[in-house]
Amino acid sequence: MVLNMGPQHPSTHGVLRVALELDGETIVKAVPDLGYLHTGIEKSCEHKTYSQAITLTDRMDYLNPLGNNLVYCLAVEKLLGLEIPKRAQYIRVMMVELQRISSHLVWLGTHAIDMGAMSVFLYCFREREEILKIFERFAGQRMMTSYIRIGGVALEPPAGWREMVKRFLKMMPSRVDDYETLLSENRIWLARLKEVGKIKLEDAIAYSMTGPTLRAAGLAYDNRKVFPYSSYEEFKFDVPTRTDSDCYGRYMVRVAEIRESLKIVEQAMAKITDQGPVRAEAPGIIPPEREKMKTEMEALIYHFKIFTEGFSPPPGDAYVAIESPRGELGCYIVSDGSPKPLRCHFRSPSFINLQALPRIIEGQLLADVIACIGTIDIVLGDVDR
Amino acid sequence: MAESGSPKADVVAERLRAWNPNSVSDVIEFHGETTLLVPRELLLATAKYCCDTLQFNLLSDATSVDRFPVEPRFELNYHLVSIPKKAKIRLRTRVHGSDPVVDSVVPVWPGAGWLEREIFDLMGIRFNGHPDLRRILLPDDWEGHPLRRDYPTEGFRDVPATFLPGFKKQ
Repeated sequence: MVLNMGPQHPSTHGVLRVALELDGETIVKAVPDLGYLHTGIEKSCEHKTYSQAITLTDRMDYLNPLGNNLVYCLAVEKLLGLEIPKRAQYIRVMMVELQRISSHLVWLGTHAIDMGAMSVFLYCFREREEILKIFERFAGQRMMTSYIRIGGVALEPPAGWREMVKRFLKMMPSRVDDYETLLSENRIWLARLKEVGKIKLEDAIAYSMTGPTLRAAGLAYDNRKVFPYSSYEEFKFDVPTRTDSDCYGRYMVRVAEIRESLKIVEQAMAKITDQGPVRAEAPGIIPPEREKMKTEMEALIYHFKIFTEGFSPPPGDAYVAIESPRGELGCYIVSDGSPKPLRCHFRSPSFINLQALPRIIEGQLLADVIACIGTIDIVLGDVDR
Repeated sequence: MAESGSPKADVVAERLRAWNPNSVSDVIEFHGETTLLVPRELLLATAKYCCDTLQFNLLSDATSVDRFPVEPRFELNYHLVSIPKKAKIRLRTRVHGSDPVVDSVVPVWPGAGWLEREIFDLMGIRFNGHPDLRRILLPDDWEGHPLRRDYPTEGFRDVPATFLPGFKKQ
């Protein structure tokens, strides 16, 4: 029997369609059908200047907009050969790690509610609300912040930000303990997730899987450690790894990653000085401060040029990969010397990890399909772009 | 940034040339990234050598670039990562617009399957030996390849509001 797990389904985490061929309750064949959220972001980026395209990047992986901003800005900065001040790098790290915690909270909440643990969903979203309030204070926006810009971050951290982040850091560890108390030793949770959705390590590498799925299979490959970017080499944190490579292993890896991210946020908060630059100095590329623009003639001219024509990086290409909550998020930009990118491609972790879905669910029961789709942690905006 | 240091990347080019002198026609260095230009016929063999012998076991990304109207028009870039050696490299091959066909690297990295489908879907480059080459992001009956430079951003077709009763298509 062929069953259509249609694009409209509460557990596909977006508009994902999977055609399932069943033999009784066992899956014989699974064929994912993508493209329901394809909005042509890569094509649109070719028609916008480099700084205009940042707002488009927010909307790809919509649970990790700061991460998308970061990878795009790092690629453009590599093309330009721009040095980012340390203070801006630490602010970026702090925001991206808060974003990682928020993304993992959504993952945990939705995965738990798929498995039937409905209260965990509301607890996770209550914690995520605190993070969104922090983002709103910093950037004016809860989700699509576009806070990370070329050369640094958009705005100076707001007054009183340390108290907000400290309050969050104080509250969070006990909440993560609560989730673990509810789920980790829970008989129903174990029954639904243990030994479900296994993939061997060689297959995971062959299918280019990255992120928690690869780390739960036994390989401690994390872009923040192996190819550090944006001052991550100065931070002390562990990379949680497990060897069981099933849905339960991936759950444990992600919960441990929330704790590691809390450590990084605390270290970043200590490193960010009260005074200092938030953006690099590069007159033709980064807009001048508004006060200077209003009083100095050169600043006004630069401002005008940047916002009408844009800046032109030298011709060439750059590929930067960061560790998003889902895996390796990469941005490949090709410049032909004009103010608009010639090609802007995003290596999206959800798209590539989803390739292994047929491999993971063939032979499993129908009820396990939901667990398997949830455990890969896909975001359809990231899959389809 | 701890990128693939130049010494390791030069070693890769040398080893490839030692295996087959035609495999690398050019080496480009830009901001710490090394790109090896590979002729189209030798792409699959070079990819296999990189994966099996040089230990570039992770295919990070496969991308296509359209440089219309410059010929050769299409460029395919394969970003490889060697997990044991912590090195990155890029293989590039150029394809003419009149004959956009390349060998598929799915036999080397199964993870290239959907990446090549996406390139076929959006850019129109065909892959020989791909197990399932069909459109992935666009509907199956879509005509044209939108990511090409000569395809308008707004698209060609006007979708008429035929669900409105009594609407006459102009």
